[in-house]
Amino acid sequence: MRKRFYYIIICLITSLSLFGFNLSDKNEDKAKAGKKEDHCITCHKEMENMPKDFSENNVHLHANLTCASCHGGDPNSADQESAMNPAKGFIGIPKRKDIPKLCGKCHSNIDYMRTYQPRIATDQVEQYYTSMHGKKLLAGDENVAECTSCHTAHNIMPVKDPRSTVYKLNIPNTCNKCHGNTDMMKKYNLPGNPLEEYTKSVHGEALLKNKDLGAPACNDCHGNHGAMPPGITSISHVCGICHASNMEYFNSSKMAKVFQEQDFHGCEQCHGNHAIQKPNDNMIGDDKESKCNDCHSKGDAGFDASVKIKGLLVNLKNKYDDANAKYLEVKQKGMNDVEIGFLLQDAKQALIQSRTLIHTFDTAKVGTRTDDGIGISEKASVLAQKEIDEYYTRRNGFAAATFAFLIFAVALYFKIKEKNIKKKVG
Amino acid sequence: MKNIGSKLIAWIDERYDLTPVRNLLEHKKVPVHKHSIWYYMGGVTLFLFMIQLFTGILLLLYYRPGEDSAYESVRFIVTNVKFGWLIRNVHSWSANLLVLFAFIHMFSVFFSKAYEKPRELTWVTGFIILIFTLAFGFSGYLLPWNELAFFATKVGTDIVGVIPIIGEPLKVFLRGGEDVTGATLSRFFGIHVAVLPAIFTFFLALHLLFIQRQGMHEPEHFKNLPEEKKKYIPFFPDFALKDLLLWVVVFNVLIFLALYFPWELGNKADAFTPAPAGIRPEWYFMFMFQSLKLLPAHIIFIEGELLGILFFGVAGFVWMLIPYIKIKNKPNWKIQPLALIGIIIVSFIVVMTVLGYLL
Repeated sequence: MRKRFYYIIICLITSLSLFGFNLSDKNEDKAKAGKKEDHCITCHKEMENMPKDFSENNVHLHANLTCASCHGGDPNSADQESAMNPAKGFIGIPKRKDIPKLCGKCHSNIDYMRTYQPRIATDQVEQYYTSMHGKKLLAGDENVAECTSCHTAHNIMPVKDPRSTVYKLNIPNTCNKCHGNTDMMKKYNLPGNPLEEYTKSVHGEALLKNKDLGAPACNDCHGNHGAMPPGITSISHVCGICHASNMEYFNSSKMAKVFQEQDFHGCEQCHGNHAIQKPNDNMIGDDKESKCNDCHSKGDAGFDASVKIKGLLVNLKNKYDDANAKYLEVKQKGMNDVEIGFLLQDAKQALIQSRTLIHTFDTAKVGTRTDDGIGISEKASVLAQKEIDEYYTRRNGFAAATFAFLIFAVALYFKIKEKNIKKKVG
Repeated sequence: MKNIGSKLIAWIDERYDLTPVRNLLEHKKVPVHKHSIWYYMGGVTLFLFMIQLFTGILLLLYYRPGEDSAYESVRFIVTNVKFGWLIRNVHSWSANLLVLFAFIHMFSVFFSKAYEKPRELTWVTGFIILIFTLAFGFSGYLLPWNELAFFATKVGTDIVGVIPIIGEPLKVFLRGGEDVTGATLSRFFGIHVAVLPAIFTFFLALHLLFIQRQGMHEPEHFKNLPEEKKKYIPFFPDFALKDLLLWVVVFNVLIFLALYFPWELGNKADAFTPAPAGIRPEWYFMFMFQSLKLLPAHIIFIEGELLGILFFGVAGFVWMLIPYIKIKNKPNWKIQPLALIGIIIVSFIVVMTVLGYLL
């Protein structure tokens, strides 16, 4: 009876597991049947005639688009003539001038694009035709960049993918493919070394060397699809996206009007463009590097203001450095540095704000803030000195206490000895 | 000066009759032999306890228990209060030295067999004092409410929770709830500054009273010596002066440690941050903590940790009752069984403590 029971159980388990395998096989077949074979890829692979930049990671491939989605034709047909029949919409390699429109077929169609990404922008093509690239392409210049120049044709990946040609860290090199070509750029009267300059700049170092994705790449100032060099009027707005206070101070200063009258390039006039360097205090005053000297000379009011502002900044910087050196000593001595640290943060803030206030070109405004900073730095310095003094007081106190204890201990020792001698004598 | 002192004593003597005190001081004597040094260990422990009492009261003037004030008040003590840094650091260092000297004192008594009849109760009260010293250390560790202390208390009270039947209620009682919170801090503070001192002082008084009543223990070989060869020094003033000399040295070492190796305050405790690396109890709990860590998860069918805790509980109890346990001497053995047990215990504590810091 028991044997039969076991037999039934084994049979049941075996049949159930076989049924299970069968089920999973059927599911796989179903999945395969759902995805039709793309004969374009099959044949082109066989003929070893795939596009050079083809990648399996292509975003379009992952979105179930086929070669025919862009090139037309019938991907279901294994017959070359039928598959690549113009009657079936086959266009072959699209002409460069047609590419923006070809991409725009989908990318400008919000109803279609939102099925992939609800918040995706669909104005790229529209913007492109406002750009210098787009205008020239329309005018028949086939050398200018179109969609595939930056995004590639068969290796397109999302912007946030580090492998993408338009990923933030890769953008400078992508633009440089054309803008680094001196011969090509000569035709357009453009310098061929923007990347070289940018790499050495404060922005380039931050992005390319320190991998700081917050730092601007080419498109952050020039735009991407609507790429254009920023004009004189817009340049301070472009820089002001990040340097908001500097822009505000400059635009409300007397100097803004003069710059406009003189056709000066706003921020770029003093700071440069692609090769922009970290500003330093020598950029004002009577120093050789001073940018003020480009227009002002000894004796005029602008020169005097520049020298005065420089003096205010240097004074604050010296006071801050002095306090900071003491702060480091306090830290190194293991004394209480918390309060001093907070004060120095405020002093540093005052220094940064004073430097920003240079763009008001107003000595009174800069002076008020530097005075604040100097006051805070001096307070921090006094506190730090107090801690340093306390450090030595404690050690001296310990030495004095040890000396007192030593005398007491020696006295005790002699007292004990005296007692022992007395006892022996007794 | 001496005259004023004598006059004052005479004034008190006339009114309160100081004969018993004078007799005690005059008659108490301390044997002199090659192991006399161990007689000073108890005195140093007592001295460190007095320092704890003094610095503890001073800290109490500024310390404010509570989740939002404990850490801040300790920081205020070490940064803003005049000599606050010294008092807090001396309190922390003295606490550690106190435990160290208590252990040395206990083992010196053990190896010299000073606990034997008639001093059984001196040993028992001494052991109780040691347990309360450890409780002082455990409760005081949490009071600055810093990260390390917070998580160490969490682990420590978790271990208590493993004890069968009473463990869980005891854990909840100690924590003042399911978790280590401000409620735990409040009761640890209460335990540290009120409950423990009261009980501790009672047992310490008993311990000292027993010693005064029975005098100092004489080593084994003294029994066989002829009276004229037994050397003694009077407790007062000879031994007391030597005690004082050692106390001065210990005190100087204490302020040296407080100045050059200040006790870190660290970050404020935050229950929502993950436990920082290197959470470990105070060094004097390390040997137990390490042993529990090394035990396998299960030994036969009992949880390893539970077995470890039960073992330490039973071992401690047996250790307290050691004066009542008779272990016969083996004349052929180079090291007598009792001394061997002592050596094994000391080695175990040392090895486990070192392993705790190395692993």
